[in-house]
Amino acid sequence: MAELGRLANNIRCDIIRMLEAAGSGHPGGSLSCTDMLVALYAGGVMKHDPQNPSMDERDRFVLAKGHAAPALYATLAHMGYFPVEELKTLRKWGSKLQGHPDCNLVPGVEVSTGSLGQGLSISCGMAAGLKLAHNPATVFTILGDGECQEGQVWEAAMFAAHRGLDNLVAIVDRNHLQIDGDTADVCDPGDLAAKFSSFGWDAQEIDGHNIDGLVKALSAAKADRGGKPKVFIAQTVKGKGVSFMENQAGWHGKAPNAEQAACALTELSGVEGGEAHHA
Amino acid sequence: MLKFASEEERQVKKATRAALGVTLAELADEGLPIVAVDADLTGSTTMAKFAAANPDYTERLFNVGIAEQNMVDVAAGLSLTGNIAFTGSFAVFGTGRAYDQIRNTVCYSNLNVKITPTHAGVSVGPDGGSHQMLEDIALMRALPNMRVLVPADYAAARAALKLAAKTPGPVYVRMGRASVPCVYASDVELEIGKAYVLREGTDVTIVACGVEIREAMLAADLLAEKGISAEVIDAFSVKPLDEETILASARKTGHVVVAEEHSTVGGLGSAVAELLAREAPTPCAFVGVHDKFGKSAEFEELMSHFELDAPAIVKAVEKLTA
Repeated sequence: MAELGRLANNIRCDIIRMLEAAGSGHPGGSLSCTDMLVALYAGGVMKHDPQNPSMDERDRFVLAKGHAAPALYATLAHMGYFPVEELKTLRKWGSKLQGHPDCNLVPGVEVSTGSLGQGLSISCGMAAGLKLAHNPATVFTILGDGECQEGQVWEAAMFAAHRGLDNLVAIVDRNHLQIDGDTADVCDPGDLAAKFSSFGWDAQEIDGHNIDGLVKALSAAKADRGGKPKVFIAQTVKGKGVSFMENQAGWHGKAPNAEQAACALTELSGVEGGEAHHA
Repeated sequence: MLKFASEEERQVKKATRAALGVTLAELADEGLPIVAVDADLTGSTTMAKFAAANPDYTERLFNVGIAEQNMVDVAAGLSLTGNIAFTGSFAVFGTGRAYDQIRNTVCYSNLNVKITPTHAGVSVGPDGGSHQMLEDIALMRALPNMRVLVPADYAAARAALKLAAKTPGPVYVRMGRASVPCVYASDVELEIGKAYVLREGTDVTIVACGVEIREAMLAADLLAEKGISAEVIDAFSVKPLDEETILASARKTGHVVVAEEHSTVGGLGSAVAELLAREAPTPCAFVGVHDKFGKSAEFEELMSHFELDAPAIVKAVEKLTA
């Protein structure tokens, strides 16, 4: 597990470097969902093959909160979907790494996202399609907590439960912040586990930075075909790993300058295996 | 070769929406991986007929309830697992309510999703302005990767749905509620990107689509009595447009009237005007709904009130060619 922690730390460093080079982008929500991506892609939860990104039996992943693209790109690059070297082209003319994920450019990206509220519906369609095809693969998706203010999320939640999509596992990155401030102040999403549960989902709270715990819980959720879709409300810290970004709404969509990036990288390089985060 | 309705077939009135369910079933019978996603309107759109056609198709119709945004993105997900996904609902909700889903997921990802709602235009009649979609061609035409087909009758709607299924990527097929006389033979085959000269003429070109084809043909008869020779073109493929056919006709006649059961903002009229302005500036007139919402009345009454019928086309031609 220390290895996964180191990977998460490397990905966080890449996120900082990419955003600094791009001069724009979303650090806060990228850093808050990094550990879940590591658990899914590197922790053995998802069946996937970087050499064969379209293999039929792969598990699917949809980044509903598409603005966390830097975290997904860095994860895919470290997994071998494309060279890590390309990360520095983020948001630049001619790059495959668009500001939000483009499935026609990036190997491993199943569908283009960026407009919030749509990912869960798309995941539902994929899960339904896999069932039609008797394909045992699982669909994973990461939503933002602010994203749950979109009404379509609840259209999808109703549909998934009605159809018994037990091959669907959602994770809500509950970092409690959105562009305009605390989610509780902007328009309170409230008790998301209770909400999903009342819609007919198996809902659990989880520590979104404990990679070991995430791997175990997500693997169990993947194996469970009890007739219900599953959701984890992952408690996270926006900007996780960079002290001056943590819990600051202002770092939702702002890139660090050279000095801030250097400071962030120094902090991240001092973290032993990433495990210190979990304490 | 284009085949027209026989005298007998021309007496039969049928709604274009009636083509949806039966054609999906026929495509599935051919072995295509068809799925249909609707939003509580499976009877009205006739998607229920797809599910009823074969016990194996029941599970291939997904009724998401009254949730059009979810409808389009569930279809997107189904297409990503190897299916050809058709969406339903009424045109007003199936394009307008779900525009961002069509734009950002279906078209931006270039997915194999066919946006095929029914009850477009004033054909929904007594339901009134809230339900009469007059901007859908404009909305769909503006989207990269989207093709836009507006069939004239039941047979053309069947042909358009088959083209949609067999053309990878997003396609919009506009269907209506009103029963309209057949123009084409029941087994007509059409091509995306082709316009069809239904009647040759020398004084004016009438470019039309959808239910306006019938009106344009009637108008051409009325104009002939007045000594005006009208060429009638079915531009059922609004996007991509058959530029060659339309330009050749415009250059020949020197006058173009565009007729559509749609707003004059952004639809076929705009597409033709953009083409002519670029390649062959030609005096034009536009028969359509002029920047207004619809109103409750029967379809035929609305065709007259909004000046969409044959006499309105005749008036527009006479004014343009005077």
